[in-house]
Amino acid sequence: MLDQYGLIGALAIVAFLFPFAGVGIAWMLRPKHPNPVKKSTYECGIETIGDAWVQFRAQYYLIALIFVIFDIEVIFLFPFAVAFEQVGPFAVLEAILFVVILAGGLIYAWKKDALEWQ
Amino acid sequence: MDKIDLRVAGEAFHQFLINIGLTSGQASLVDWIFGALILLLMFIVLAILLIWFERKLAGRVQDRLGPNRVGPFGLIQPIADTVKLFTKEDITPTGADRVTFNLAPTLAVFSIVMAFAVIPFADKVIGTDINVGVVYLMAFASIGSMSLLMAGWSSNNKYALLGGFRVVAQLMSYEIPMAFAMLLPVLLAGTMRMNGIVEEQGQFFGLGWNIWIMPAVFIVYLTTALAEGERAPFDLLEAESEIVAGYNIEYSGLKFAWFYLAFFMNTWVLSAVATTLFLGGWQGPFVSQIPALGVVYFMVKTIIMFILFAWIRATFPRLRIDQMMSFCWKFLVPVMLVLFLLTAIILKLGLPTIVVWLLILLSNVVVFAGALWLLGKGLEKSKWASKRLFTPEIPRL
Repeated sequence: MLDQYGLIGALAIVAFLFPFAGVGIAWMLRPKHPNPVKKSTYECGIETIGDAWVQFRAQYYLIALIFVIFDIEVIFLFPFAVAFEQVGPFAVLEAILFVVILAGGLIYAWKKDALEWQ
Repeated sequence: MDKIDLRVAGEAFHQFLINIGLTSGQASLVDWIFGALILLLMFIVLAILLIWFERKLAGRVQDRLGPNRVGPFGLIQPIADTVKLFTKEDITPTGADRVTFNLAPTLAVFSIVMAFAVIPFADKVIGTDINVGVVYLMAFASIGSMSLLMAGWSSNNKYALLGGFRVVAQLMSYEIPMAFAMLLPVLLAGTMRMNGIVEEQGQFFGLGWNIWIMPAVFIVYLTTALAEGERAPFDLLEAESEIVAGYNIEYSGLKFAWFYLAFFMNTWVLSAVATTLFLGGWQGPFVSQIPALGVVYFMVKTIIMFILFAWIRATFPRLRIDQMMSFCWKFLVPVMLVLFLLTAIILKLGLPTIVVWLLILLSNVVVFAGALWLLGKGLEKSKWASKRLFTPEIPRL
């Protein structure tokens, strides 16, 4: 078991160091002449007004909530799919019920216009 | 020709390390680091070739020549670009959140390189054949979309913020149907190992490929892969004409290059996953006699998928965001829910393999055709229906 994950650990270190090393080498090679105008936020020709970190639409929270529900549903279904040949018909029925309940949730969100993008 | 078996080669290497005086644990450590470096090298070589290839292809589609100045056929172009990007000045805007801003491109590359660990190039040519391969891929795809969100948020730029919002909306939404599309091959194979799924598709000389059994699932996967790979017609998060460049607007120099690299290699990983899950992976004629052929088959299939993605990107205009979100939640997700339920029921009936496959094929075709018909009906009623604003007068002859 550990044998299989050793490579992933090594790859995680290598994969993290590779972009960092690239940025490090670029830092040594590149010119550095910053000035306030150059470092200002990009805008279409005029100066930026205020921060970009503002309040935003609740729509994104709704989408994120629905996403979390369905993503967790899929994660639960993966072990079910792997054990599918060993489980009895009752477990399949339960999985179907699980999906149907969540489908009901999707229909509810749909009817409440949570999926409409205004 | 003798059988090329990488596992044997790996064991020989392991034995060699023990012979020169390392303990077994130390030898494993060296093995892992070597394996990781080989995968990274593969990543870099593939990136250079594929960037050149896609630019050449996009050039052809748009009636241009594409890169043709540096080296034969412009092959050295990506290297020249890399040198240029290395020597470019790198600007971090004053208002940005420095740590997040600098971490985001690193994470983007990291998530793609990590995906290479479970891609089965051939029978034994796989980084590590863990038993949660598919979920592992999904996990690192999520880290990839998180890095884009980090970039959009930390830039403190309104265009970048809009790009970040669209990342949340698009990548997260399309992750659901994509996960379902990856779930169905797992359900059929009964394993999440990447090689296990490929082996399962080896029956009946290529008729066992999942693309023949469940074409609708493959089409859904293709659509979601376009969205996950930020490719046209789903490239809203970096729509040049709307939000300039989206999340990577403030990035310059090498940090921009990392996003560019992650974008291209993400497409390659998505094509490789499509090959593994739906096109039979390294399966092909004579692959049991000569295992090395598996690599050729895998690469050919993956590059065909890559060409398809590049072709679609070069051809289609982009969607509007509300159309894109509705398409995901009101079409793809319900279709996949129904297909999952039908497939589970069909598999549990205990029929012979061929009948099961035919039934799944039938359910796929019926559900997909029915869903498309309902979509058409729904669009007729929708206020966004594309009505003709004027009726052109047809001159009567």
